[in-house]
Amino acid sequence: MPSAVSKQALPAALKDAAIAAIVAFILFLPIIGMQLQPGSGGLDVNFRLPLVLIGAAIVFVGRLLLGLLGSRRRAPRAGPSIMERVAAGVAANGRWLGLVGILFALTMPFMPFSNRYVVDVGTTVLIYVMLGWGLNIVVGLAGLLDLGYVAFYAVGAYSFALLGTTAGMGFWYCLPLAGLLAAMFGLLLGFPVLRLRGDYLAIVTLGFGEIIRIVLLNWTNVTNGPNGISGIPRPSFFGLDFARSPEPGTTAFHQYFGIPYSGEQRVIYLYFLILLLALITNFFVIRIRRLPIGRAWEALREDEIACKALGINPTNTKLTAFALGAMFGGFAGAFFATRQGFVSPESFTFIESAIILAIVVLGGMGSQIGVVLAAIIIVLLPELGRDFAQYRMLIFGAAMVGIMIWRPRGLLAHRSPTVLLHPKGGPRPADVPPSVKEAGA
Amino acid sequence: MLYFLQQLINGLTLGAMYGLIAIGYSMVYGIIGMINFAHGDIYMIGAFVTVIAFTTLGIVGITWMPLALMVVLLCAMLFTAAYGWTVERIAYRPLRGSFRLAPLISAIGMSIFLQNYVQVAQGANVKPLAPIITGGIQLGSDGSFSVGISYVQIMVIVLTTVLMAAFSFLIAKTPLGRAQRACEQDLKMAGLCGVNVDRTISTTFVLGAALAAVAGLMASLYYGVVDFFIGFLAGVKAFTAAVLGGIGSIPGAMLGGLLLGLIESFWSGYFSIEYKDVAAFGILVVVLIFLPTGLLGKPEIEKV
Repeated sequence: MPSAVSKQALPAALKDAAIAAIVAFILFLPIIGMQLQPGSGGLDVNFRLPLVLIGAAIVFVGRLLLGLLGSRRRAPRAGPSIMERVAAGVAANGRWLGLVGILFALTMPFMPFSNRYVVDVGTTVLIYVMLGWGLNIVVGLAGLLDLGYVAFYAVGAYSFALLGTTAGMGFWYCLPLAGLLAAMFGLLLGFPVLRLRGDYLAIVTLGFGEIIRIVLLNWTNVTNGPNGISGIPRPSFFGLDFARSPEPGTTAFHQYFGIPYSGEQRVIYLYFLILLLALITNFFVIRIRRLPIGRAWEALREDEIACKALGINPTNTKLTAFALGAMFGGFAGAFFATRQGFVSPESFTFIESAIILAIVVLGGMGSQIGVVLAAIIIVLLPELGRDFAQYRMLIFGAAMVGIMIWRPRGLLAHRSPTVLLHPKGGPRPADVPPSVKEAGA
Repeated sequence: MLYFLQQLINGLTLGAMYGLIAIGYSMVYGIIGMINFAHGDIYMIGAFVTVIAFTTLGIVGITWMPLALMVVLLCAMLFTAAYGWTVERIAYRPLRGSFRLAPLISAIGMSIFLQNYVQVAQGANVKPLAPIITGGIQLGSDGSFSVGISYVQIMVIVLTTVLMAAFSFLIAKTPLGRAQRACEQDLKMAGLCGVNVDRTISTTFVLGAALAAVAGLMASLYYGVVDFFIGFLAGVKAFTAAVLGGIGSIPGAMLGGLLLGLIESFWSGYFSIEYKDVAAFGILVVVLIFLPTGLLGKPEIEKV
């Protein structure tokens, strides 16, 4: 009987909430309750006991509500949850949804609601989508935990920044070079470390990311140290610059097409550029999954020993995954450099790696649409929180924990069977007319 | 020679702190096989509690150093342990037995959360702590360069040794340590044999956090400044130390910490201070190539 259950649940929930409130009081007491302030002759402490009590009260009420709601829901529910059904639906209609998504992305800059800010945020989302898809090769497909992906992003960005400012090369020449260089770094890192097991690999890649950042920070005569490199050339549209007054002898985009100049043209162009790059990445990943090498990655992720027994060379297979993932990171880096016009080591801290990894895992590993969803959430969440700026990273961290607890395999995680007894669209035994069966027998 | 001695002393001090943090990583990894990314931030909270406690004691008027130090040590261990327990309870326990990367992402989220929580609550600026323990012993001098060991350094080394002894006793001789070792070998089997697995894991986090708090206390006394971001680098270094020593092994964590401290100190003393982190990570890579399970780690036998 539901009423009896809730009567029993109330004292238990109260006790639970009281314990939570006491713990919260202990936790908040030093950090929130005693704020250090610069005072006369050193530090002073600003006691804020009311805040601690309010915090503990909030925890009490929250825990109580959670406990009561939880006890009501304790009965096992039949069938999959809503989110699981959504994930399955997305997985089943991936092609269709992808098409809608691409159409929306293509028309987004021309929608009535869109303005420069929206397109700019869209560009940032797409950079993370591309990075997420690139890292998905390494983490999602090959199952290698890479905590230093931002290093390849940095290599791409700096190689374009250096080639563009010193050698005067344009974006389109540097883009493949940036990808190539990043892939080389991927190989360089991959060779020694790919023998290592998962978590050792994680820490070595993390260390590699830090090494790259420290070198960029300290190798002043090449990278200009913490000041970064500015004046990176902007991309041109088949040789047409996006400038109000082009250099003599060249034609600007707006002059060529005979339209008035507007600063938004470049923003929109950059948006379409990253959209193109991201779609290329996506197409590549989708196709390579069907190739023997892609199959080998996924097999390696599931069972390395079985792969060895079947004659797959694990080192080479992992190296390709690493290098290809790095290459897309390099492409994205080159785009980042040309979009900002300025790079500095500050943009390539560990937190970026963590965010990209979070996008891959939050979306649901291996799910291409999941990456898009997670990138949108991760970029928009701090963006929406702009009004209460100092809390936004706080909420961001809490949301990461919350989503993981809610959906440990990611928002759109869905494991569809790879082998079906009765392939979709094929005849089911019940549908086959008896005459055929008899004829076959 | 004198210079060498000085670097050795500095390296041991640094290494003792890394080692204490590394034990927390190593224990947690040994039992539940996850990288507790928020551990560095637990250390940061320990350092903050230390500074807050010292300042409060100064206002109250307790300035007799040994008493103040004991009170602060207890406060730091207690409050930080509460954080360690809560982090495990909120962010990791619901994900136990779930797929491998989920706790890691949850830990990264927790790390971001804790950093920003302290930043919001305490402000982003650097908190300087007035020197509590001053002075030192001069060991030798050749006119231009003198070698000394400060009382803070002595305290760090002595405190670490005492804690390590107590901790080894705890792991080797007490029922709690026995439960912990059982969980490390086989979580499910330990549970079947009547070990309270949940409680053991909670205790592991509490112990790890308390040790990290001691490291935080030492760091705030040694460096004299604390800010909300110190946890990241210390955490990464300590994890490197744990891997270097062989993750899962407690003596290994201490050894790895000491080695890492010495490497860093000698590198900055003889080569360049900018690239000391590069040296630390570089040596980690070299060690892992030749000894894939670290210095004292057990080779993992994979059964098919």
